[in-house]
Amino acid sequence: MIKTEAAPSNSGLFKLWYHRMASPVWFYRISGKLLPWLWALFAVLLVTGLYGGLVTAPADYQQGDSFRIIYVHVPAAWLSMFVYMVMAVSGAIALIWRIKLAEMVLVSCAPIGASFTFIALVTGSLWGKPMWGTWWVWDARMTSELILLFLYLGVIGLYSAIEDKRMASRAVAILALVGIVNIPIIHYSVEWWNTLHQGATVTKFDKPSIHIDMLIPLLLMAGAFKVFFAISLLLRTRNELLERELPRKWVKQLVEENDG
Amino acid sequence: MQETNAFTTLLKRDFMVAFRHRNEIFNPLLFFSLVTLLFPLGIGPSPTLLQTIAPGILWVAALLAALLAADNLFRTDYEDGTLEQLVLSPQPLPLMVTAKVLAHWLVSAVPLLLLAPVLAVSFGLDAHAIGVAELTLLLGTPVLSFVGAIGVALTVSLKRSGMLLALLVLPLYVPVLIFGSNAIDTAAAGLPVSGQLYLLAALLVLAVTLAPVAIAAALRMSVSQ
Repeated sequence: MIKTEAAPSNSGLFKLWYHRMASPVWFYRISGKLLPWLWALFAVLLVTGLYGGLVTAPADYQQGDSFRIIYVHVPAAWLSMFVYMVMAVSGAIALIWRIKLAEMVLVSCAPIGASFTFIALVTGSLWGKPMWGTWWVWDARMTSELILLFLYLGVIGLYSAIEDKRMASRAVAILALVGIVNIPIIHYSVEWWNTLHQGATVTKFDKPSIHIDMLIPLLLMAGAFKVFFAISLLLRTRNELLERELPRKWVKQLVEENDG
Repeated sequence: MQETNAFTTLLKRDFMVAFRHRNEIFNPLLFFSLVTLLFPLGIGPSPTLLQTIAPGILWVAALLAALLAADNLFRTDYEDGTLEQLVLSPQPLPLMVTAKVLAHWLVSAVPLLLLAPVLAVSFGLDAHAIGVAELTLLLGTPVLSFVGAIGVALTVSLKRSGMLLALLVLPLYVPVLIFGSNAIDTAAAGLPVSGQLYLLAALLVLAVTLAPVAIAAALRMSVSQ
């Protein structure tokens, strides 16, 4: 039985679809059907991307083989910002239309985004060792990535500090929106600070037109990371959904079905 | 008309409350001077070194003082129920919180502005740099108050929120810190600083126009708990 959260009005197919998507039962069913396909897609992208990146791509003429960390670092860094955007958009939806599902997506995004940011920072620092000779330089991108990590930690901290989880989701939604307004400001101010203080002493990752054999695996890996993000977001949201809807009838039915 | 009336009434009331609890005025001031005092003691009395790091110290101390002061921006009003009445009142909430933040800034940051030149002199900054420092503080501290108020509004209903507030607010303070300290730095080197000041002014405009909406939304959430 499909129960919609808000009664679907007859003012258009889109609205109907939109409200249907917001229904927990519908979401749970569809995401369950979608997951195996996403896993398959992820496996294909990951294997081809890794093979391309680690085996067929030529070594860099300056950095040798150490450049290959790009295949983890860059997709993670791209995602770290993309996840924040997803979080802010679902925050806006949660605040404006009070859709429960958007709240769950919002709170599920934060730990994933923090993990990708952390991966980007660690791989960046590992890359920095052969490139710059030290583990850490106050490079503009690394610094703003570090601040982004703190923004994510703030979201996680605020969510876990408030007992009532619906209230906590609203608080986190406001914080995510404040963050998304501030991220470009922080990013450009850090970039500005960096160019003013450091001059050209730091070898930046200036992108000299990247070779096509290196680019294709990079794009494949970026695709693999995106699909992995979708998978982990769906899994987390499904968990959150079950936890919150525990007393509901459909969850009980589900448990009984699985037991039988 | 009614709105301006409510605005000034709330402003006056907050002023009166602050002046009857004087420590609200003196605590940030004390904290600001203590933090700035610690740096020379930790780093050493070399005048050239102190002169180079003075802009950063002044601004970091101002940031921490603003964070400390922000904590009791809504706290007592939340505890005695005034905040709830404010949320329920027919006046637009963003306007009301603007009055509160403005009163808070006047009480907690303006004394800081008066003390900053004295501290700047002790670090050996010249008159031009001190003037610029005052300007950056004048433009930057209201931004700190408004942005800090968002964090406070989100956490006011929590019992122990000090560390969480720092985690929420300090990353958002980064742009003000960068432009503020860099302007003083540039002024000390005798270069024009209008760019940094314009950027700080832009941040101020953004904070004054957008932050009250976020503060109001956060307060509604906190009060309904």
